[in-house]
Amino acid sequence: MNILVCIKQVPDTTAIKIDPVKHTLIRDGVPSIVSTFDAYALEVASRMKDKDKQSRITVLSMGPEQAKNALKECISKGADEAYLVSDRVFGGSDTLATSYILSGAIKMLEEKNGAPFDLIFCGKQAIDGDTGQVGPEIAQHLDRALITYASDAVMEDGKLKAKRESDEGYDYLTADLPAVITVVKTAYEPRYPSLKGKMAANKAVIPTLTSQDLSGLDLAHCGLKGSPTKVRGTFTPTHEKNGQKIEAETGDEAGRTLVKLLSQAKLIG
Amino acid sequence: MSFENYKNLWVLIETEENTAKNVGYELLTPGRQLADKLGEELVAVVIGGQVEDVAKKAIAYGADKAILVEGDEYYQYSSDACTYALAELIKKYQPSSVLIGATNNGRDVAPRVAAKIGTGLTADCTELGIDEETGNIAWTRPAFGGNLMAKILCPDNRPQMGTVRPGVFKKSTPDDSRTGEIIREDLHIDPAHIRVHLLERVKEVAQAVNLEEAEIIVAGGRGVKSAEGFAVIQKLADALGATVGASRAAVDAGWIPHAHQVGQTGKTVSPKLYIACGISGAIQHLAGMSGSDTIVAINRDPEAPIFQVADYSIVGDLFEVIPAMVDEIEKLKA
Repeated sequence: MNILVCIKQVPDTTAIKIDPVKHTLIRDGVPSIVSTFDAYALEVASRMKDKDKQSRITVLSMGPEQAKNALKECISKGADEAYLVSDRVFGGSDTLATSYILSGAIKMLEEKNGAPFDLIFCGKQAIDGDTGQVGPEIAQHLDRALITYASDAVMEDGKLKAKRESDEGYDYLTADLPAVITVVKTAYEPRYPSLKGKMAANKAVIPTLTSQDLSGLDLAHCGLKGSPTKVRGTFTPTHEKNGQKIEAETGDEAGRTLVKLLSQAKLIG
Repeated sequence: MSFENYKNLWVLIETEENTAKNVGYELLTPGRQLADKLGEELVAVVIGGQVEDVAKKAIAYGADKAILVEGDEYYQYSSDACTYALAELIKKYQPSSVLIGATNNGRDVAPRVAAKIGTGLTADCTELGIDEETGNIAWTRPAFGGNLMAKILCPDNRPQMGTVRPGVFKKSTPDDSRTGEIIREDLHIDPAHIRVHLLERVKEVAQAVNLEEAEIIVAGGRGVKSAEGFAVIQKLADALGATVGASRAAVDAGWIPHAHQVGQTGKTVSPKLYIACGISGAIQHLAGMSGSDTIVAINRDPEAPIFQVADYSIVGDLFEVIPAMVDEIEKLKA
């Protein structure tokens, strides 16, 4: 199996605080991590490789030079090689432009390998942008089968079997390869780096792919200018409400008062 | 690009096994307002197995017209089939805007269609409006786990597309006397182009968890302390006809399955009433539930952040408060 995992380096959103005065995000000192669902995607891929040692895992990301740290982390956890797509002209890309650029990089790597990747994994969404659009858009640009929101994927007798979340339970799906799979939280946690992996990550030289390397791309569809969606403004939501405190001598009494209030407000009953 | 040929606002009514998801009908509410402001028609697009009833219902919920595509390949969601049908319809009719529910299937088909057409798509919107200056749809969405809201426009491409979270808008009261044209489109994908196949559908009927469409959610967190503790949460949920939710802490502790998880790594919900029991209110949890109409928080820690978003707060032990609530609800019913 020849597997590609697309990852994004993101600020750890769990550590982000809001400036109480300016109402802006405080990003200083916030650590950068491999986006949570991308880490699960890598783990699903790594488990496939555990079963089929011949498999090869390539990791791909787009972002600034620092994103190589995230790619190295993936190598420390078992990926074989990594590439970073980075170029000023790619900056400000929305999901359509990002997926277009990544698809161009994937085509280039496949040409180099002489074969398409059997599977391309992405996290269901990045934890900063939360859009979940890049994975499906890559599938469309490359015209591949797509399975989204998979909590597991395995190869059984040469066939792909993926478990996809549904409202009422889950679906087991199979797909013709090559295919794109986006991954949700899995039942298992991503592995820790091995000593061998850490050494490999230290030694790894991660090539940067620029717009010159991706000569098949039409730059009119890249970067801020090539992005159909434009951010008109941002604001931080204020969660604070002046809610009603129910004070009572005992929890029992408070519970009964609450039910009466909810009933009066026609929220229940 | 000239937009003269791009007219009308579309709402995709997602169906599964011949039944519409609520979010499709919900989106007809803001769809109606936006279409009226823009002086355009509101068109419901219904793709499914046998779903003529859904098309009729969409008209009762406010659509001027419905475009109906029926076929066996659409009975259960197929990414390839649905992408094909919706993209073909868009090419033929050229709508100005397309709204799609941000369900798993909606978030599967929308980006594929946007990439196929080559247009902009805004994910997971929680607010819709019209940008006064340009007349474009103004799509507002949360990012950074709900820490930041962004207003997004798609000024130079058509159609403008967006997915919208379930539960944000309310269904209107259906008016069965409304009439509207139902346009049938005979679209069938070449079966060879369907590349993903359903092997087995597992319905966990005994514990169906449909948090996104729940009107009331009773959720438990670390303060519930054990799997047995969730029996207390379940009792309150049963008394209210509510669905049980949970924080990540409770799921990670193994007290309740992941399907119940609300928050960034779980479901995003916006019920009429959300009762948070023993949940501290980490930002990731708030990201998944702060859109609820009314929030009740019960927690022993007076400093818990959940109280900042609560409409009703009780500082106390949930194991004392909840049984009293159940008892009081039973009295109300009697």
